[in-house]
Amino acid sequence: MADIAIIGYSQSPSWREAELTEPQFLFPVISEAIDHAKIERREIGFTCAGSCDYLSGQTFAFVMNLEAVGAWPPISESHVEMDGAWALYEAWVRLQAGDIDTALVFGSGKSSPGNLSEIYPLQLDPYTLTPLGVDPASMAALQARALIDAGLVTEREMAQVVARNRRDAMNNPRAQVSGDFDEDALLAEPYLTAPLRKHDLPPISDGACAVILATADKARAVCERPVWIRGIDHRIEVHQPGMRDLTVSSSTQIAGKNAGVGNAPVDVAELCVSFSHEESVLRRALGLAENVKVNPSGGPLSANPLMAVGISRFAEAARQIAEQGAHRAIAHASSGQALQQNMVAVLEGD
Amino acid sequence: MCSTFVVPSVRHSSHVIEFPYTRSLGPVYGEFLTGLRDQRIIGIRNRDGSVLCPPTEWDPKTGEALALDFVEVGPEGTVTTWAWVTKPTRKHPLDHPFAFALIQLDGADTAILHAVDVASMDKITTGMRVTPRWRKERIGLITDIEAFVPLESK
Repeated sequence: MADIAIIGYSQSPSWREAELTEPQFLFPVISEAIDHAKIERREIGFTCAGSCDYLSGQTFAFVMNLEAVGAWPPISESHVEMDGAWALYEAWVRLQAGDIDTALVFGSGKSSPGNLSEIYPLQLDPYTLTPLGVDPASMAALQARALIDAGLVTEREMAQVVARNRRDAMNNPRAQVSGDFDEDALLAEPYLTAPLRKHDLPPISDGACAVILATADKARAVCERPVWIRGIDHRIEVHQPGMRDLTVSSSTQIAGKNAGVGNAPVDVAELCVSFSHEESVLRRALGLAENVKVNPSGGPLSANPLMAVGISRFAEAARQIAEQGAHRAIAHASSGQALQQNMVAVLEGD
Repeated sequence: MCSTFVVPSVRHSSHVIEFPYTRSLGPVYGEFLTGLRDQRIIGIRNRDGSVLCPPTEWDPKTGEALALDFVEVGPEGTVTTWAWVTKPTRKHPLDHPFAFALIQLDGADTAILHAVDVASMDKITTGMRVTPRWRKERIGLITDIEAFVPLESK
């Protein structure tokens, strides 16, 4: 596979309730990513977006997001009804063809106007699960309970993950939830969906993230510090949660192996830990050493713009390499219920 | 030059939005949901001999098609994990606090997700034995089971 590099990125802040429309808050993010990559908009050979019409409550809402891209003269573009991380994957595949050298990918979501607990069951099996209205927190809580029962995580460790992410988020101007929180105080909070407390859940966020990808020659020509995608893989587990071992993430394990995670030491990992207990599952699945820093940005527990939260892991991991001196980083995105789908990428500096 | 446009009356047009399709559930979910109507829970034998419930048309590990070898399971089963819902949504099966649980029905090797109706969180544990509380009028939906309840309370 040809090496593809991240040569630019930009993220909006995460807002609890954005006053702007999705195209409006996407516009500066896309423009900044293009500026950051030091390219002209017309140099982009392929554009791919990730968003979810269910969040907007409108069919073909994603077409309006093209207002923020600029589609005249006509452009070549595509859309995935998924997180922008999957748009990035599609563009990575598209760039392998070699006939174009630059791609713009982005993810965006304005989830605040809807009721996510009632919208998300629509992604489930329509005969056995959707009629029960199984919401994401309940799915996550089933996994958390299985982990606690197996002795693989404790509620205190979950609170520690939350406290650490919120502390780290104090250095992230785009984060929505940050601050110095005492883990005993967190543990004294009531359950929301036991064994999860409110802080074990990600915040509801609106926001966007854009990334510019380039082939090796193009990246060398325009970028001082390209961040190379050395490997990327996506795996899906069976849909029914009762047919999986919820104490492990076999899809993450396979994707990590195929992406080459274990081939060299990892400095930092940006993981899609949307619920606090997931960090322990993902750390084990990826075989991360104790000293690997996870989510220095504060992660999804601090900023959770749906449909942009996965591609934000790529942007944050690239930021660690391009701006913070890390050499080898992992970007991870997840989709589906209780970590059903997982994408793992290995990023490296020169 | 100036004229006033007069609207003679407000026009109304009524529309009913509907999807008038008949969906066939196929040979596996058809068997499963018809079974629920008859107060029976149906699983399917996997290629490795294990029993899957809810039944699938394919081996969840390999994707290979399964023969239609149905097995009646349950109705009693064991809670393998659970989540206590303190604030039910409008879409949840019960309007008071309850548990979602994965329940491995007797005779099945996988677990089915459903609600468990107990009064409070301290009334449910992993490993607890449960049995369905059937709806009186059943029409072939997963909600024909109102919820599972502890075995001793039945």
